[in-house]
Amino acid sequence: MLSEHRERSSTARVIPPARPRKLAKVPFVELADGRLQGVVSSGSDVERVYVSSVAAGNYEFACSTNNNRPCGGAYGAFCKHIRSLISEAVVQYGAERVGRYLKVDGEDAQSITAAMDLTSPAQGGNTAAAPVFSRFLHHLAYLELAPTTAPLPEMQWFPPTRAVV
Amino acid sequence: MRADLLVETVAGLDEALGVVDAFDRALVAGLLRPQADGLFELADAVAGTPLAARVAEAAEKAAAGAAGEEHFVALAAARTALLGSVHDALVLRVEEATGRARGEEPPQVVGDRSAVNLLAAARSWLADLARSGWRGIDHDVVSGADQVISAMLKEPGLRRLATLLDGFVAELAASCPGASLDRVPERRWADLWSRAMLLTQPGAADVSPTATATGRLLPLGVDVHEHPTAAQAQVHAVFEPEDGSTPRLVRASVSVPKPDTILGAGIWQLLRPHMSLLAAISEGRSMTLTQMPITAEGDLIWNDEQARQGEPADAFTTARVALPTATTPVTAALDRHPARIAVPVFLEGYSSTKDTFTLAGQNLAVDTDRVPVAGPLTPEAVAASSACIGLLRWDAGVFSVQPLAVETTVRKKAVAVHAGAWAGGTTDKAGAKAEKAATDAAALLRERAGRLLRR
Ligand SMILES: [Zn+2]
Repeated sequence: MLSEHRERSSTARVIPPARPRKLAKVPFVELADGRLQGVVSSGSDVERVYVSSVAAGNYEFACSTNNNRPCGGAYGAFCKHIRSLISEAVVQYGAERVGRYLKVDGEDAQSITAAMDLTSPAQGGNTAAAPVFSRFLHHLAYLELAPTTAPLPEMQWFPPTRAVV
Repeated sequence: MRADLLVETVAGLDEALGVVDAFDRALVAGLLRPQADGLFELADAVAGTPLAARVAEAAEKAAAGAAGEEHFVALAAARTALLGSVHDALVLRVEEATGRARGEEPPQVVGDRSAVNLLAAARSWLADLARSGWRGIDHDVVSGADQVISAMLKEPGLRRLATLLDGFVAELAASCPGASLDRVPERRWADLWSRAMLLTQPGAADVSPTATATGRLLPLGVDVHEHPTAAQAQVHAVFEPEDGSTPRLVRASVSVPKPDTILGAGIWQLLRPHMSLLAAISEGRSMTLTQMPITAEGDLIWNDEQARQGEPADAFTTARVALPTATTPVTAALDRHPARIAVPVFLEGYSSTKDTFTLAGQNLAVDTDRVPVAGPLTPEAVAASSACIGLLRWDAGVFSVQPLAVETTVRKKAVAVHAGAWAGGTTDKAGAKAEKAATDAAALLRERAGRLLRR
């Protein structure tokens, strides 16, 4: 509700609402573990996905397949998967939140990507690929959990919000 | 409704909340090296109750930075009891304002005591969290809950605690590191922490039906709750028992864990197949219940096989005619908290803006932010309305009304606009577009899950 009541409110909104987006190209994106990270579909092979990430602060990037083969495009610069990851993150979370998390200024995906490009970020190793991919599987596993018609009184603490990111 | 009663001071409220605030400040810095004042104030506040001795001991230990899990549980219980008294005072005020009677006091239910290992793991994490304090959280502390949450989500009996922790942890993770947080949602996080702590007590989360309901169900509206990985739709309705006994307010809920990319209309799509009542809402119908299980708190445990479609029923007629005669169910002891107050009310004869109704010279805040995006009800429609079905709530010191439906005038014609109109599906142009996008998103995720999960 009113921002001056934030400390005294039981229902203060802490996470701004995510926005719906098309998931075909980038089925999974998150701001976690100090990185923008996610899973990007391969344009040519439905069995293959890329695990891509950009670190907050120094923008160190990595991209490899879920079977740990390095991405051919990610040499010395962001590949197309990382570019898609950034633009879909901006759709889901808004440019402000993505920029704040990565510590980069920019009012849209293009300017955020360009600002990071300009610093010639280093390419990192693919050590994060396995945990990111397993977080994606964990995320998909939510689809398999059964609904219930027993009341969840705790959800009273989680109202929706119409606020736009 | 007597809106004047809702703006009057409630005796003792500020004092009780002052004690809560002092305890909540101790959780900001953490209980390793606590600001002890808040702990002793809390102990003093419950000195005349059966909790006295245990809370006094817990405050001593916690003040010395030596609290164990049982001490944290005692502190959480004391805070919950105090907010329970705040709840009771507010509900009394609501009853005076609405002029409706309350139902019977629910009996104490002793729940089933299963999955104690997972509960113990959750309690141990919550104790660590209290020690770090909100200013001390980092990714290591927060991710300590991940495994236990995943395991609990698979246990239907632990869904309440699992869903609460899942939403809480997402907020904490998005707020790391705590040291650089601008502002801390002190009451909220202390609420979530204490509630979770109490739910780790075996049996505490059990809600058992105590009776069955046979008769006519007249829906008033739908309230939606959601966090990134869970959603709940809760229908408020008047239930008219077939035996002619007093009508009562009841709720029917359906909830589901979800991926965070399923949003808006996608939430209706997930919930719709599990409660035929959502379709009845969109069609403006009543339902006939036959031996539907119901708890003493007025929660129907919905089962489609015990419900069939009834006659058309206009929610505004229900609100005008049936609602004033219905009793309001009494909340169970553990659930008494101001955030739980959601009392159906019917208002008309007000002048309105987007965030205020003025009734007989009294201003009542209108919380349109809680109106779900995936529906036709907008803050503009609320501002232009002449009658409103809403939920009376209380937060941060004030009562407000959350609109569930309004009557307004479109091209000189009176129309009703319902927040939950799209619950059962929609032919509305904007709604159909949102439905299509949500169908595509869900299909894509299911396709990915089919390909990747069962390898
Ligand atoms: Zn790549």
